[in-house]
Amino acid sequence: MSAVAHAHEEDHGHHHKETFMTKYIFSQDHKMIAKQYLITGLFMGIIGIAMSLLFRIQLAWPEQSFAIFEVLLGKWAPEGVMDPNVYLALVTIHGTIMVFFVLTAGLSGTFSNLLIPLQIGARDMASGLLNMISFWLFFLSSTIMIASLFVEAGPAAAGWTIYPPLSALPQAQPGSGLGMTLWLVSMAIFIASSLLGSLNYIVTVINLRTKGMSMSRLPLTIWAFFVTAIIGVVSFPVLLSAALLLIMDRSFGTSFFLSDIFIQGEVLHYQGGSPVLYEHLFWFLGHPEVYIVLLPALGITSEIIATNSRKPIFGYRAMVASILAIAFLSTIVWGHHMFISGMNPFLGSVFTFTTLLIAIPSAVKAFNYITTLWKGNLQLNPAMLFSIGLVSTFISGGLTGIILGDSTLDINVHDTYFVVAHFHLVMGISALYGLFAGVYHWFPKMFGKMMNKNLGYVHFWVTAVCAYGVFFPMHFIGMAGLPRRYYTNTNFPYFDDIADINIVISLFAFAAGAAQLVFLYNFIHSIFYGKPAEQNPWKSNTMEWTAPVEHMHGNWPGEIPEVHRWAYDYSKPGQEEDWVSQIVPLKEGEEELQH
Amino acid sequence: MTAILTLTVLVLIGISIWQISKMFDLSQTERNTSQIANDKDNNTQGKLMFAFLVFIYLLTLYSFYAWGSVLLPEAASEHGSQYDNLMWISFALIFFVQTVTQALLHYFSYKYRGEKGKKALFYADNDVLEAIWTIIPVITLAGLILYGLYTWTSIMNVEENDEALVVELYAQQFNWKARYAGQDGVLGDANVRFLQDFDGKNQVGIDATDPNGLDDVIVQELHLPVGREVIFKMRSQDVLHSAYMPHFRAQMNCVPGMITEFAFTPITTTDEMRQNPDMIAKVKKINKIRVEKSKDLVAKGEEALEPYIFDYLLLCNKICGASHYNMQMKIIVETPEEYEKWIAQQPTFAQVIQ
Repeated sequence: MSAVAHAHEEDHGHHHKETFMTKYIFSQDHKMIAKQYLITGLFMGIIGIAMSLLFRIQLAWPEQSFAIFEVLLGKWAPEGVMDPNVYLALVTIHGTIMVFFVLTAGLSGTFSNLLIPLQIGARDMASGLLNMISFWLFFLSSTIMIASLFVEAGPAAAGWTIYPPLSALPQAQPGSGLGMTLWLVSMAIFIASSLLGSLNYIVTVINLRTKGMSMSRLPLTIWAFFVTAIIGVVSFPVLLSAALLLIMDRSFGTSFFLSDIFIQGEVLHYQGGSPVLYEHLFWFLGHPEVYIVLLPALGITSEIIATNSRKPIFGYRAMVASILAIAFLSTIVWGHHMFISGMNPFLGSVFTFTTLLIAIPSAVKAFNYITTLWKGNLQLNPAMLFSIGLVSTFISGGLTGIILGDSTLDINVHDTYFVVAHFHLVMGISALYGLFAGVYHWFPKMFGKMMNKNLGYVHFWVTAVCAYGVFFPMHFIGMAGLPRRYYTNTNFPYFDDIADINIVISLFAFAAGAAQLVFLYNFIHSIFYGKPAEQNPWKSNTMEWTAPVEHMHGNWPGEIPEVHRWAYDYSKPGQEEDWVSQIVPLKEGEEELQH
Repeated sequence: MTAILTLTVLVLIGISIWQISKMFDLSQTERNTSQIANDKDNNTQGKLMFAFLVFIYLLTLYSFYAWGSVLLPEAASEHGSQYDNLMWISFALIFFVQTVTQALLHYFSYKYRGEKGKKALFYADNDVLEAIWTIIPVITLAGLILYGLYTWTSIMNVEENDEALVVELYAQQFNWKARYAGQDGVLGDANVRFLQDFDGKNQVGIDATDPNGLDDVIVQELHLPVGREVIFKMRSQDVLHSAYMPHFRAQMNCVPGMITEFAFTPITTTDEMRQNPDMIAKVKKINKIRVEKSKDLVAKGEEALEPYIFDYLLLCNKICGASHYNMQMKIIVETPEEYEKWIAQQPTFAQVIQ
């Protein structure tokens, strides 16, 4: 280990002269790449959230004319009334951008890059070059996804799951033409980026830990990023294969997913394929993807809750075990998205069984977080609030998973707003809270400045109230039987009595959107005018806070510090301070906690 | 009017957030410039955490009070009560866990809010506790899984039998058709290749050389006799659709290239359901809303909305294109006599293609 670290050190010993290009654009430094991921992710997030606000206007006041539609959607909103195809396009791209570009790349990309080398005591990622390529592929795929919004017939509009035949046939909807091609190309590049990133994270965690940093001393953030990367490597290639086969069906006349189709007065030649095959391939990634999004957020939360509670995280071993259990189970539950797809009901039974098992490690995590707070000395910084908020939405959203994961109950709530409510709370809002918590907590590390805490408080409270205000009522309209992805419900007088709930939801959504402006302002303002950060503002034990505030290649001047203890010696009896950095040797007679 | 009102509200919310931010910002630069939570912050934020717990509870109570009536409409199929039982048991469990865990989480956040000089308890592990909260979910979930699987198997086990009525649900962008098997009780073979035969009169692509198909009946409105098992065979001619019949707790995707199945026995006729007190209340409420809306419409010179009468619904519940939101079919559950009378009046496939 030390030999590796030493060799690496020499590598970074003499600095090359840096130009603007190598420092800010084609940087191979993990800290700069993390910032690039964050800023690109936030930019995509603004677009994704703005889209949701647009379709919330339509859902609350269906088929009415709005000037903002005319301005933003142009000919897709004749006389200011949104076109149904555009509604579907907005829903589709909102989902794609939020799941992949914001919560996968923006969250995992940012914090894996920033924290893996810093928290394990490495000079940089195992391969700076691959890391740089990974970011630029992500940037390219983002650009292509954005470009698809400007295609004549509109972007992809088949839902973020792009089930064929709808996504395969341009005759089926305008978005399945060039817009869908660009979607598929963008996602293929995205997957390549994600794989390069994940491989790099795995190799770095395995090989480049500093002296003394055994696996059982790793902070939970690193465990989460490490396991997330493994899930990514296992499942993303399957989505790539689905995308490639779909491209072949679309462009080269193959019949992987298509059979017996008559559309627009014409019998198509496709024979023998099955859309159900696509569903299997898609959800083989699609479900683990939920945990690719969620685990890093949980890792970040573990770290922040422990630090700000001034207490060790409760049940470190159980936390690691539950991360591993969730990761393993996540790869064998995909069929719960397909209970009523026409697959054999026996398979449904199997997937119900595996799916409900996930509740066990999830429950362990939730209880451990709560116990960590118990008898703590809680420092309620904005990052801490978002972490507590995450645990709250993780519980609220996770519990309804017991209904959706049960094949029987899924029959009547499948694809209704109940599902929308469930996954937005448990992975959307929770992961977003994880992202915000991470930004507030590590902003001093990333930019050397402090973010304004009072703006952070405003941001949290408005967001927290609105998040429940938006998604709690959705359970009700879903249980009432309202399908998702409906442009308007006015064609069903049966649903007239829930129209007012939709207005309530939209109002909360707009307020939530406004609250994000506070965050953006705080973020940008603090980069330039924030109070300079001290080296370890939160009095945290992990190694990143032992590195100087000023960023430098190789992270530490001189030798990398050695690690002597786990990351959670907060308020340890016999210590003067309520924290002990990982690099502080054990006192004479001090026992290291066996874990 | 609502639009203007709402916009005003939104603008006000926007302005107030901006103002609050500004205020905080100004107060920030002048005194205490530390951006790390101090005792005062901990105190305020801790109390807000407790207030938030109250908010979650109130929101839950209010939602049930205001919207509780829209939850799960009365079931109209035989397996509906099985489904509903499982649903309410799961819900009771969720409700209990949600109430307790949210209380602990937010109460601890309030109770243990930080104070300078206070020291947290060094408490890293407790195997007994952890075993308890692993084993309790294991037992609870084992129960739920077994109960769920038992119900699932009994609902999804479709057995062909002579008593059952076989109906094909045929989906296309953007409408539904239903095909009854006719006198012989057997659906004729069908494939999209036959759709263009007989100048498009062959609406669901029946193979005209198959004698079983000649007496098939194709309709745009689904009629079901009460008390008799119906086995649905689902087909789609273009993209994925999903046949969703919420009142019957029934849903199955329609997949091009394959035939999917679902079966249930309707137990309440449309007429009976219309007499259900809950339904009467719901329809009354809906019609009140529609009358209000009509006033606005008439003022704008548009036509008033028709009064609503309850009917069972078949909705498309898999995104299928532009008019996905309007792909529906009326379902009428009636007495066997009414049903026989109705089906006898429908033209058979042989009559249609003549």
